[in-house]
Amino acid sequence: MKTKLSQLAPGESGIIKEFTDLEMSVKLMEMGCLPGESIQVERIAPLGDPIAVTVSGYQLSLRKQEASTIILQ
Amino acid sequence: MKKHLKVALVGNPNTGKSTLFNALTGLNQKVGNFPGVTVDKKTGACTLNPDQQATIIDLPGTYSLYPKSKDEGIVLDVLANPANEWHPDVVVFIADATNLKRNLLLYTQVADLKIPVIVALNMMDLAKRSHIKIKVDELATKLGVRVVPISARKDEGITELKQAIAESGEFALQVDTLDFDELGVQNTLAAIQQKLAIAQPYVALQVAHNYRQLNFLKPEQQEYIQQLLAETAFESKGLQAQETLARYSFINEVLFDTLIIPLQIDQETYSNRIDHILTHRAWGFVIFMGVLFTIFQSIFAWSEYPMSLIESLFIWMGDTAHQFLPAGALTNLLVDGVLAGLSGVLVFIPQIAILFAFIAVLEDTGYMARVTFMMDRIMRKVGLNGKSVVPMIGGLACAVPSIMSTRNIENWKDRIITIMVTPLVSCSARLPIYTLLIALVVPDYRVWGLFNLQGLALMSMYLLSMLSAVLVAWVMKYLIKARERGYFIMELPVYRMPRWDNVALTMYEKVKAFVLEAGKVIIAISVILWVLASYGPPAKFKAIDEKFDSSAYTTQYSPEKIDQLKASEKLENSFAGMLGKSIEPAIKPLGFDWKIGIALITSFAAREVFVGTMATLYSVDGDASRMESVKERMAEVRNPETGNLVFTLPVAFSLMIFYAYAMQCMSTLAVVYRETKSWKWPITQFVYMTAMAYVASLVVYQILK
Repeated sequence: MKTKLSQLAPGESGIIKEFTDLEMSVKLMEMGCLPGESIQVERIAPLGDPIAVTVSGYQLSLRKQEASTIILQ
Repeated sequence: MKKHLKVALVGNPNTGKSTLFNALTGLNQKVGNFPGVTVDKKTGACTLNPDQQATIIDLPGTYSLYPKSKDEGIVLDVLANPANEWHPDVVVFIADATNLKRNLLLYTQVADLKIPVIVALNMMDLAKRSHIKIKVDELATKLGVRVVPISARKDEGITELKQAIAESGEFALQVDTLDFDELGVQNTLAAIQQKLAIAQPYVALQVAHNYRQLNFLKPEQQEYIQQLLAETAFESKGLQAQETLARYSFINEVLFDTLIIPLQIDQETYSNRIDHILTHRAWGFVIFMGVLFTIFQSIFAWSEYPMSLIESLFIWMGDTAHQFLPAGALTNLLVDGVLAGLSGVLVFIPQIAILFAFIAVLEDTGYMARVTFMMDRIMRKVGLNGKSVVPMIGGLACAVPSIMSTRNIENWKDRIITIMVTPLVSCSARLPIYTLLIALVVPDYRVWGLFNLQGLALMSMYLLSMLSAVLVAWVMKYLIKARERGYFIMELPVYRMPRWDNVALTMYEKVKAFVLEAGKVIIAISVILWVLASYGPPAKFKAIDEKFDSSAYTTQYSPEKIDQLKASEKLENSFAGMLGKSIEPAIKPLGFDWKIGIALITSFAAREVFVGTMATLYSVDGDASRMESVKERMAEVRNPETGNLVFTLPVAFSLMIFYAYAMQCMSTLAVVYRETKSWKWPITQFVYMTAMAYVASLVVYQILK
């Protein structure tokens, strides 16, 4: 079963495997979300979206829809 | 050795680029605009050593040379085009030592453009504190460039960096970071290189990816590339992904034995602990509301005193000038036209300075990113951005500084929509009109012993304004076409103390930009409006003068009363008065007569001018600024033909609705022009707001009548 980043709860982490959106993947990789990199969900915004994640040593915020294009191992 | 070097600062956002820029240039900087975009172009002079000067240009922060927005496109435009006026002799690449891997991605792209480059390794102090070790010399050897460790906030390493810039050679010595053969597009690149006379394969590759956005390409060159790419089946997105992965594998090799990161990452950072409170489900919003309330109160309360000081200073200057300058048309133009216009510009300074002090602190500390994080969900629904909240609340005080503050919104479409709807939010200039008209027609009466009816009416006007702004934003979300794909992927920088010198600098720069850029337009319009309201057909004006100078009046009235009557009759017969009369057929369905028409025209300068015009038109006794006497006079005005009262409840409400929606503020239009760099947006805004005002007033008047 494929796990998407958007399915993780705060505190859970995973290893990035691949992306489902080519165009968005370029942006994500530029921001440090690389295949093989560990990514952890830190918190979810008070209204349920977007989410904050820690990846390669710093924090990113992205919308759930964007997070759903990241497939974890 | 060149005597004068052009140096470009390039780097990711949040790496301390502007702090380094300030450290290198001090206050020796100029803020301008790149053509076509609203990114501040900061340039400054720097003395490298007694013999050498450098011009430093601060390019917008970006994560990659592949632009995701127009603003980021500037970086590629400058670096890829040797003919660009800002194309540098040397690039100073600023990298965050605490996040080297991601930062080096942009480095490798810049390095492959083959411009001489120096790496400034910033935040070395923070890296040390987190026990991150960087073998600087080995890193320099592997990259083939000079690497200077610095700490821009603490002013450490700046001298060494200046020396490195001064010693930089003419040739790019950095090692290649990308194997172009791997990408399998050699033929395409070779063709572009030959056709456009480009020496570097990576420049050709960037041209192939971004030819539509690069300003320096001629249309026929763009056409050629388009055709070439189609023939060679050039897969832009796939190649970008492939290139990015290849670059990261190069970076991994470089950092493998030059970067040592401690393993214990479980330890919760202080930034995370702050975030637990500031983005908390409940506290987060309470604190944010508190912050907004503080900003709003400060703009209102703190700016009141300096604003009235500026106004009285100009009134005093005007009076003095009238006393000492010879009376005549030129003096009138100078004092009542130009000087009054200048006063209308400078009076905004306190509000702009205060709002930007707050915004600089919010941005600097990292809190603004959290605001975006918290508000994104609601604001996105109506086509706005989490950051739109601040300008819209600021709009309660004044749209002018608020629209200037929309520059912080990175997404072009979100920014435009915020600019378009901010003037709908009920600003402080509408308050005198509302209080005057409400006091005139709404009884001072309590409902259920609790609510004052007048207070309720005023509150409804404010709620209506907010609601309308949100509604219009939602409509515009569908009308305005986005030129770029909207991402939300955003860095949440760690919390830091604000840099107070940067706060002061931001305040100064914003005030200066407003006075110099929007000020011109405001003064020009206010002079035109002044001419319209003070001049009319000469024969008529002469007749008015003669009429009131005749003994029939001088014996019957005091000189003050005669001046009042004269001013009122002159305004009625001025060009503005003629305009007011000519638009009467159009505004009659709204319940307005031609005198209100005159006020609509004069109050285009600023909404509160409405009250003063009413005072002049109805020759109000005593000090015209006394609202009470204007109100009393307006309450008894009757239509000379029908004998009915002019300011009835339907008329007053129709008028309030008109002022709620109409773009009756030249300063806002001037600032929208400045922020969007085209007349298209201020004109669109003027048209849609006036149309909305007309329809809404028409409906209100026809229902209440």
